Amino acid sequence: MPLRRADIFGVLTASGLLLLLALVLRGSGPDPAEADRLTRLQRLVTEAQLTDLALLTEARYTRHPTQADHFAPFQDHPLALDHFPSGMFWSPRRPAP
Amino acid sequence: MTGWCERQRNILDVALASLRRRRGKNLSLLVVYSLTVFLGASVMFYSAGLKREARLLLSAAPELVVQRLSAGRHDLIPVAYAEGIRTIRGVGTVAPRLWGYYYDAVYGANYTVQVPTLPPPAGEIVIGPGIARLRKVAAGDLLPFLSYRREDLLLQVREILPAESELVSTDLLLLAEADFRALFSFPSGVATDLTVTVRNPQEVATVARKIVERFPDTRPILREEMQATYAAVFDWRGGLLLVLFGVVLLAFIIFAWDKAAGLSAEERREIGILKGIGWETGDILTLKFWEGTSISLTAFLLGTLLAYVHVFLLQAPLLAATLKGWAVLYPDFRLVSRIDAFQLTVLFVLTVIPYTVATLVPSWRAATIDPDSVMRD
Amino acid sequence: MIRLVEVRKIFNAGRPNAHAALDGVTLTIRRSAVTVLKGPSGSGKTTLLSLIGCMARPTSGRIHLHGLDTDWLAPGEESLEITSLPERFLTGIRRRAFGFVFQQFHLVRGLSALDNVMLPALPTGASRAAIAARGMALLERFRVAGRAGNLVEHLSGGEAQRVAIARALINDPAVIIADEPTAHLDSRLSAEFMEIIATLRSEGRTVVIASHDPLVYAAPGVDAVVVVRDGRIGESGSGRTP
Repeated sequence: MPLRRADIFGVLTASGLLLLLALVLRGSGPDPAEADRLTRLQRLVTEAQLTDLALLTEARYTRHPTQADHFAPFQDHPLALDHFPSGMFWSPRRPAP
Repeated sequence: MTGWCERQRNILDVALASLRRRRGKNLSLLVVYSLTVFLGASVMFYSAGLKREARLLLSAAPELVVQRLSAGRHDLIPVAYAEGIRTIRGVGTVAPRLWGYYYDAVYGANYTVQVPTLPPPAGEIVIGPGIARLRKVAAGDLLPFLSYRREDLLLQVREILPAESELVSTDLLLLAEADFRALFSFPSGVATDLTVTVRNPQEVATVARKIVERFPDTRPILREEMQATYAAVFDWRGGLLLVLFGVVLLAFIIFAWDKAAGLSAEERREIGILKGIGWETGDILTLKFWEGTSISLTAFLLGTLLAYVHVFLLQAPLLAATLKGWAVLYPDFRLVSRIDAFQLTVLFVLTVIPYTVATLVPSWRAATIDPDSVMRD
Repeated sequence: MIRLVEVRKIFNAGRPNAHAALDGVTLTIRRSAVTVLKGPSGSGKTTLLSLIGCMARPTSGRIHLHGLDTDWLAPGEESLEITSLPERFLTGIRRRAFGFVFQQFHLVRGLSALDNVMLPALPTGASRAAIAARGMALLERFRVAGRAGNLVEHLSGGEAQRVAIARALINDPAVIIADEPTAHLDSRLSAEFMEIIATLRSEGRTVVIASHDPLVYAAPGVDAVVVVRDGRIGESGSGRTP
């Protein structure tokens, strides 16, 4: 008798779920290479006294969003986001104490 | 128990056969559904990955940065302030920080120029990989800069920061204090801001308050605030996309509802036959449950796995521009492949449950067709 | 034996368009016999059939099943009054005790002949292999085993008829209910249908057919003909017994 549809579906779905579970576990387990990378990067951040990601390099007033700067528009609060249209959506937030 | 199991398998068989019979309709549903999940999952994985990276990297940032304000705007801080701050109880070290921006008019790019704690010798610089890429230079090459006095300043590239550090260093230009002051005609006795370490991490807020009391023209920025800023940046960038995703989700639910509510005459006839030959309302509901579940589970799995491939293996070509922003100096970095059970749960709740609810009522109505309807028509 | 006492069935009760499909029917259907409910369309014979087959509940009156081989009967109890049973039990009885052959057979399109035959047994929780074996045996018995894997829409009229009968028999029911089974068949197939019905009767099954086709109610092997007209039982007579 050929494989039942229900069993084919069951096997495929179960392997999909297992794959997903494996991906979750892979991400939560210790990863020495990843830990090394982090240590190296954190050392660089500490040594260079960096405060920001080099992610918003499109203009100088976006480069250091954490640092209120004299050319940063509207930045009365260190956490007030001046990226349009963030100020319209997000109020300044305090980190959890 | 085996009876229950067999019953489920038997009914699942019928459900899959019935899906296969309406192949076109169900395939189109599956494709749209998977795409919806894919979009939501991609946004979620990507922004969570960036947030996590920001949080971990910035945990090594200075605990406290003290800026000076002049008429409410950022101003250079006298290095003498450091002495005063150092006397506050609980303060460890205080160091002046020199940094600024250099606009490269030729390439239209902004560099972040900074003096690190262990600077290179005068005349030499350490640059981020983005600058090296843009200027096509290697270690040992000379880079010309135009100082604020309109004088040419030739600095030799001593080292290029490793590619893995792009996310924090792509536009970074590290140099000696003397070169920094020469480049910007930076007055002596002042710094951009001060970094402060605090002996007891619990007292950072207290120390910050005391600094403001002692120097009312300063503004301290806590490390937590820096981390929170990035969480907020990606929250709103991701949130913007999630708003779009919400619209897509809504459209999809209407689509699914329409498909489920508009049971074809053919489907009604089939349900009538099944009721007629002895299927209970519960059996029909089980059948409809399996029809819905096999679609939504398959779409969920396809969508999340595709999103995983898209975000972590392909580096999210469809999202990156929106989530990272644009720039001349674009950091080229790989996100750490990491998803967690919480994200998946949220995604599941957001996509599978609305679909199930949208299709539940129509199925229930179909399941309660009178068994003798098959004889009456 | 199935006994109906003063059974009434009113559709749309309490509304202006209420009408009594059955109006005080008292009737006894003998066991292991073929009974034909004869009457014009709209006479109420299909409604009567659906009440006998536990598909619907009468508005008033009682229906008793006697001598049914079911688990629900306590030992020593020989009659089951089905009108007051909850739907679950009614469905259970319908599934175990009755097999249905519908007008136009009502096979589920898109499924193979064998899958159609297996359908009534699937929710019982029996293993699929066992059900499939039973289904194949029935298809062999009716000489359509060769078409087991074919989709039902590709079957000829005679094959579809035999698949429908096989489906009615998959749960080995004591009673076969057929609603206008010959309405869309030519004379040859109608005669063949009645031959099969005769063999089912010889196995000891009770058969109830609603039909106004002379090829059915005048067929040899019919034990009783009940005339239904305007929701009431008219004169009933015995069919010709061979």
